Amino acid sequence: MSVFVPEKYWWKPLGPDERLWLWVCVATAVVLSLMMPLYNLLGHQNPSHESYQITPEKFNELTEKFVSENTVREEIVKQKFGATEIEKKIPVVRPALGVKDVYLRARAWEFYPILELEEGREYRVHMSSMDYQHGFSLQPQNINFQILAGYDLVVTLVPRESGEFYVICNEYCAIGHHTMIGKIIVKNKEE
Amino acid sequence: MASNYASEFRTCGTTGLKVHLPAERLFYVNAVTAVVALLVGGIMAILIALTRWPAVHLLPADLFYRFLTAHGLNMLVFWIVFFEMAGLLFASTAVLGSRLPAPWFGWLNFCLMLVGALITNYMVFMGQADVLFTSYPPLKAHPHYYLGIILFAVGTLLACFHFMATLVIAKKEGYHKGSYPLFTFGILIAVILAIFTLLMGAATYLPTWLWAMGLIDGINPAMYRLGFWGFGHSAQQINLAAMVSIWYLIGTLSVGAVPINEKFSRGAFLLYLLGINVASVHHLLVDPGLSATYRIFNTSYILYAATIGSMIHAFSIPAAIEVAQRAKGFTNGMFEWLTKAPWGNPAFAGMALSIVIFGFGGGVTGVTQGVEQINIMSHNTLRIPGHFHVTVVGGTTLAFMALTFYVLPLVMRRELIGKSFAKYQPWIFAIGICIMSTGMSFAGILGVPRRHYDVTFSSAIFQVPFSATATTMLGLLGLGAIIAFTGLLIFCLIAALTAFFGKRIPPNMELHHPPHIGEDSASVAPAQA
Ligand code: HEM
Ligand SMILES: [Cu+2]
Ligand SMILES: [Cu+2]
Repeated sequence: MSVFVPEKYWWKPLGPDERLWLWVCVATAVVLSLMMPLYNLLGHQNPSHESYQITPEKFNELTEKFVSENTVREEIVKQKFGATEIEKKIPVVRPALGVKDVYLRARAWEFYPILELEEGREYRVHMSSMDYQHGFSLQPQNINFQILAGYDLVVTLVPRESGEFYVICNEYCAIGHHTMIGKIIVKNKEE
Repeated sequence: MASNYASEFRTCGTTGLKVHLPAERLFYVNAVTAVVALLVGGIMAILIALTRWPAVHLLPADLFYRFLTAHGLNMLVFWIVFFEMAGLLFASTAVLGSRLPAPWFGWLNFCLMLVGALITNYMVFMGQADVLFTSYPPLKAHPHYYLGIILFAVGTLLACFHFMATLVIAKKEGYHKGSYPLFTFGILIAVILAIFTLLMGAATYLPTWLWAMGLIDGINPAMYRLGFWGFGHSAQQINLAAMVSIWYLIGTLSVGAVPINEKFSRGAFLLYLLGINVASVHHLLVDPGLSATYRIFNTSYILYAATIGSMIHAFSIPAAIEVAQRAKGFTNGMFEWLTKAPWGNPAFAGMALSIVIFGFGGGVTGVTQGVEQINIMSHNTLRIPGHFHVTVVGGTTLAFMALTFYVLPLVMRRELIGKSFAKYQPWIFAIGICIMSTGMSFAGILGVPRRHYDVTFSSAIFQVPFSATATTMLGLLGLGAIIAFTGLLIFCLIAALTAFFGKRIPPNMELHHPPHIGEDSASVAPAQA
């Protein structure tokens, strides 16, 4: 019994059904273990992103440079704080031809800037945080990454579908967490 | 030598186990504290669940995050660990018939843990630590928050050493001969895992504490996450080993099940030790920092080694129960052994539900979400709490509750109050948790984030339209939570009423049943609660 001392010689061979089950377990484990590396070679959506160390100051500098060189317009947004409502201007940035590196800065509690990307073009999206840990959660695609201060996480992507997409923060970043949201717009080449 | 302590023992009338009275008192305080933590965590649970249900949206934002912190800590840390401390005492003293080497030491570590838990809870409820239980830097709590956790962890570590010391004297002073019983062996595995885990926890919390006091400059968030999950995930392996041990124990107590092949079962426990505590990188699958190669290695080869362990137990526990039932004459057809099982015994029902929920719900959600490419779609969504509420709640917590229905009459020697409620309690709790986890999982699949106050984004600059299905799933979360909370309350009430007001079962000093060493086990009467 599980609370009583086993007989003296309990090291016994497995029965036939136990042996069979053990092989089923091993086979399952092998299949599962192979799936992940194989999909990295054969599949298209893998989180094997690149990442680099970078100071928040440096990342901020790169973002500001990217924004000032590529801004096409500004979007005016409204935000409610209880009864009061304030207006904010957020730059909409459309990378010029030949610009592949795109910067998205996370800070409590905003994603900056609004990105405007072209369908079918390849981008390297750099993400980093200026302060707390944040989450990059692209909706409605539901693609998620962790964003940390001091690290530049680079995702290479090709937008395949035009429309408006949202980035919601899905890592708790203090009291304003649930107000942190950004936008990515994808346009056809002609637009 | 051993006889010097003879007056400190009593013999359990039902199981024939020799119980060391000072150990029993310690057991009692640990178990009671655990249930108090469960109740506090449960009240927090219903409040946050009703907030996540958009139609109700109960709490204001600051209280939501504060109570979420309190829920995570009181449930995952204080309820689970205090209960496990009681389990350690039982596995090392009662099961081996041994005395506790130093009761004062046991009280010392209990007090450390209690003081730590109180300090941490105080800081959280005073609003000095709205950092959630993960306290990811640079979110910073009051230094005492970390101090409380460290005191609690030190107490736990000392209790682990005390457990080891008990195993040593049990042999040395002749209380115990031969191999350890399977239950004690499983708990020993849990304790070894715990020592590793707590050291990892120290390496994470000590620098963070110094940083919170302003003594060091900054904490690298990626390093913290690695350390935290090296601790936090391994801690789940402790819970796993403890839960599986309890499944075996309840199998024995309820139907007299005997492990069919000790080698098979013990080997499976060893796999936990060898494999699973390295898999913690599955928390970091979409983090910057680690290389993809390392992440894949850590989460595939090593993770699945431990999955084999769980699959073996999933075979051998039901098999042991079947054999025991057939030996009682339930041999008609394929399943009479199962239909004639003591389903009215809440301990048996709780164990069976725990196996099914953990094995199917927890196993399937865990193995899928641990895959890198699926993790991209589930990281930090509600799919994650959807997973661990079927492992550590529907699995571990339910198993602990089930065992309590034996602890009350056997160890505390009190007759259960509210037997008819007890009969339904495991079912209510299990059904509630399953509904809630289903709601969480599907909401998460549709993109709804975890730890989020307002998915309508009413005070944000954009309003993301989550689909009506997602909102319905959040309603399901709320509904399941209400049912599960009812089950939890029934449990806490039965435990508290019985512990304090239950009719005393007279201490049975006569040996009705064979002592535990090398005797025929079949004569032990199956206890019906
Ligand atoms: C009646 C039972 C319970 C209910 C209704 C419940 C409900 C919830 C809800 C609604 C959340 C918040 C999910 C989110 O917004 O991210 C949550 C989080 C959590 N629960 Fe439970 N829960 C219950 C029992 C438990 C138990 C017994 C444990 C542990 C043993 C537990 C561990 C956790 C943890 C660790 C979190 C995550 C906290 C965080 O994200 O910081 N829960 N629970
Ligand atoms: Cu954020
Ligand atoms: Cu956030």
